[in-house]
This record gives sequence, structure tokens and C-alpha cells, in this order.
Amino acid sequence: MVGNKGIKKYLTIAFFLLPSLVGMLIFVIIPIIASFVLSFSKWDLIGDIKWVGFSNYIKVFNDPTIREAFKHTLVFIAGYLPLVLSISLGLALVMNKKLKGIVVFRALYFIPVISSWVAVSMIWKWLLNPEYGLINYLLSLIGILGPGWLQDPKWAMAGVIMTSIWKDIGFIMVIYLAGLQEIPDHYYEAASIDGVNRWQKFWYITWPLLSPTTFFVITISLINSFQVFDQVWIMTAGGPAGATSVLVEQIYRNAFSYYKMGYASAISWVLFALIFTVTVIQNKFQKKWVNYDE
Amino acid sequence: MMNKSRFKKLIFYVILILGSVAMLLPFLWMLSTSLKTSDATMIFPPEWIPKEITLDNYKEVTTAMPMGRFFLNSIFVALTSTFFQVFICAMAGYAFARIDFKGREVLFYIYLGTLMVPSQVTLTPLFIIMNLFKWTNTYQALILPGMFSAFGTFLMRQFFKGIPKSLEEAAFMDGAGYITIFFKIIIHLAKPVFATLWIFGFMASWNNFLWPLIITSDTTHMTLPLGLAALQGRWTTDWNVLMAGTMISIFPILFVYIFTQKYIIKGMTHTGLK
Repeated sequence: MVGNKGIKKYLTIAFFLLPSLVGMLIFVIIPIIASFVLSFSKWDLIGDIKWVGFSNYIKVFNDPTIREAFKHTLVFIAGYLPLVLSISLGLALVMNKKLKGIVVFRALYFIPVISSWVAVSMIWKWLLNPEYGLINYLLSLIGILGPGWLQDPKWAMAGVIMTSIWKDIGFIMVIYLAGLQEIPDHYYEAASIDGVNRWQKFWYITWPLLSPTTFFVITISLINSFQVFDQVWIMTAGGPAGATSVLVEQIYRNAFSYYKMGYASAISWVLFALIFTVTVIQNKFQKKWVNYDE
Repeated sequence: MMNKSRFKKLIFYVILILGSVAMLLPFLWMLSTSLKTSDATMIFPPEWIPKEITLDNYKEVTTAMPMGRFFLNSIFVALTSTFFQVFICAMAGYAFARIDFKGREVLFYIYLGTLMVPSQVTLTPLFIIMNLFKWTNTYQALILPGMFSAFGTFLMRQFFKGIPKSLEEAAFMDGAGYITIFFKIIIHLAKPVFATLWIFGFMASWNNFLWPLIITSDTTHMTLPLGLAALQGRWTTDWNVLMAGTMISIFPILFVYIFTQKYIIKGMTHTGLK
């Protein structure tokens, strides 16, 4: 380009880049490296650092508490992901019908999205109260005796999953809606002339043309689900009896309750490896079902 | 034919209205509980409109806990960190998009690479760094980490790459440098993308829980989500008081949302971030 040369050019670059670079180094890049280094050590923040090789990692894979937390994280994903995806897609399909007042509905469904996880978790903890909560009252109206929800190890995770679905529906629905609006009308018009029914239209036109959106939504939701923490911490703190203990909760506990900095770092790197692997596998498989050509 | 399509429309509206009820009921339940006496919270079946409406819970929660302070802390932290975040990301994004220098691509890939690392990985070392600076329970510890964003830098770079170069070339001819061009021309063009990043930054900071939980323990520096969580320790089962606190924490963001919902929804759809 024309203009700045030599020293002046470097000063210009420094002006633009230095604030970001210094901050990224101190608050992102160095911590990432430090965390990796720490994961091979034993340190309680006060005493000396002991280097222990791979023993933290070996321990992660043999620790029954972590195995439980891993299992619960998978249970959370298995319960949350299919439901939130199908409900959001269903609502988006209805919203896409060009009815009056859609803007109002869309704004309403989005309110839980903008509310903080802590606030939402508090509200749902009260909704799920076994004796005086609204959910069990509504269930009693149709003759069902509601469970103890967050106080019952069998039902606690279901409560956390319900809360998470409720909060995220609006977000995923809006993304699906944007995807639906990009599908040109003439596909449907042509199909109508050929006498194609509603279900076939969905299965042969909407679903394949929507696959990039679905892929995007699954990718983001999976990454977020592996990192589930706020709602768990507020609603159950991993309880009762460890029934909702998840991976990030274990990272938090090990680092800031037990002061096992090395071990906590090792768990976080295993979590990273997990997320990374799942994302790579997903990308590999996307060719089989994601349809990018218009 | 006419009747059939009308019937369909009716079904669609019923679905949408049922959905809206499911979305709104929890909030109304919160509002209703927050206006009840403690005896009234333990009535079965529950009353939707309490027989005795009271504002005592709001009084109790605001006198025992500095809710106003939590609120101001949240506002202050969110505003400062997002203000700097937008600027810092814009400047770096501009350099990555427009100025050629050695190692630019490598550096940019390092930025992108950090996006893949979940934030939990950096929590422990960040806490150790803050401890080293003796910054636990300070505003800078709450604000600084939120000022730097690889995602924001990426977003800005993409935006600047889309601006036609001819705009800048004319200014170069007039003898202007990158810095002048950035402040005189680019910033004005970038307003929409600034707004998008600002909304994300603000919401992320406003709702952030894990980092403040780690770095603050005194009520002077607590942000709203943290203060809200602290209420649980004090009023374990006084749901009327807890719901009053939750109301106070939700109301401001709801108020902002009412006026900005169009932009927020648009911004979120385009970048797919929460």
C-alpha cells in the first residue's frame, strides 16, 4: 500500500495491535500455556510446585468422581440436545407461516435467553419445589404426583435439563427461523404443483436445505453443553449425592475448594480434548448429511 | 378450502400461545411470589394473585443486601469492559485486515486457535495471575479479562475486509496515514458491527457468573449474578424474598431488552453467540 514506510509503519502497527496483543498475552495466551504446564504438576497455591509428569492425567481417567461427572455431562447432553433442537425447530416452522404478530411471539420466546443463568436457575429451583412449586401443582391438576425433582437423585438432572431447554429454546428457534427464511419459496411452489404432501415437503425440501443451520446449531450447543456449569451450581451444586455433578463443576471444586491447581488444569485439558475431538468428528461426518449447494 | 386454512391458522396460533404461556408463566410466578408474605408462599394450591400484597420482601432484600451496589457494579463492569473491548478489537481487527506485516497470518491463527480452548482451561492460571498482582476483590480483576476477545477481533477483521479499499485509497492520496483513516473514516462505517459486538460483550459481562465467583468474595465488589447467588445462603427457603431479589436483577435487562430486542435478536442470529 501507499503511505507509511519503515519506522513509521512499525509505530502504526504497534499502535493498532499492541493493546490487543498485550492483553491477549496476559489474559489468554499465557494462561493457556500456564494451564498446560500446571497440568503436569501438583500445587496448592501456597507450597512449592511439584512436577509429577502424567500422573494427573492418569488419575483423571481412573477417578470414579470424574467418571461420574463425565457420565452426567453425557446424560445432560442426551436429554437436552434432541429436545431443545426439535422443540425449537417445531416452533420455528410455525413462526415461518407468515402469521400476524410473529414479531411479538419471537420477542416473548427470547426473554429467557436474555435473562441470566443465575436468575433463571433461581426461578426454576422455586418452580420445581416439591411441595409448593408450580410444576408439581400443575401436575397435580392432571392427577400426577410430582417427584422431588432437585431433591431426588433420580430426577435432579431432569430438572436441570428442563431449565436449560426452557432458557435456550428462543435462541435456537431464532437461528432456525433465519435458516428457514433463506429457503426460496419456489421450491415449495414447484412441489405443490407436483402434488407433494406436507410431510414430504418437510422431509425432501426443508430438512435437507436446513441442514447447514442444524449443523451450526448442533456444533454450538454441543460445545456449550460440555461446559454446563452455572445452572448446575445454582440449582443443585452437583447434588443431591453427586447426582448432577458435571465436568466443569469438578474443575471448579478441585481448583477452588480443594486447591488442587494441577489436577484441575488436567481435567480442563481433558475437557478441551473431548470438545475438540467431538467437533472434528462432527466436521468429518457433515459431508454425509449437510447440504451446502443451493 | 377457506375453512381448512382458517382452521390451520387457528392451530398455529394455539401452539404459539401455549408456547408463550410456558415462557411467561415462570416470570409471572416469580413476580407473584415476590409480593407474597412468607405464609402465603406455603399454601397449596398456590394463589396467583396473593390475598395480601406486600412490598416487604423488596425492602428486606435491599436493606440486608446492597442490591443497588450489586446493580451498579454490574453496570460499571459491563460498560467499561465492553467499551474497551470494542475499541481494542476494532484496532487489532483493522491491522489484521489492512496492514501488511511479517508474521501477520501466524499471529492471526494464534488468535483463532485460542477460540477453541474452553474458558475453563484458563481459569486457574488467571486466578493465580490475579493473586500475584494482589488483585482479588478489585474492579480491574473483574473488568480486564473481559476487554480482550479473539472472537471480537475476528468479527472486526471480517467486517473490515468487506469494506472496499477505494475509500481508503483516496484518503492515502491526500496524505492521510492509517491512524487518521481509522478514526476519521473506518470507525463511522463500522457502527453496526460495533453495536453487535457491544451487545454481546455487555450481555456476556452482565450474565457472567463463574469468573466473578472465583475472583470476588466481598459484597463491595460483587456483581448481580453473584449477589443473587449469595442471597441463597441467607434466605435458603424464603422464596418470597429470593424472588424479590431475582426480580430486581432481571428487571433492568428486561427494560433494555424491550427497546432493543430487534437489534439484539438480529445480532445474535448473525453470529450465533450467546
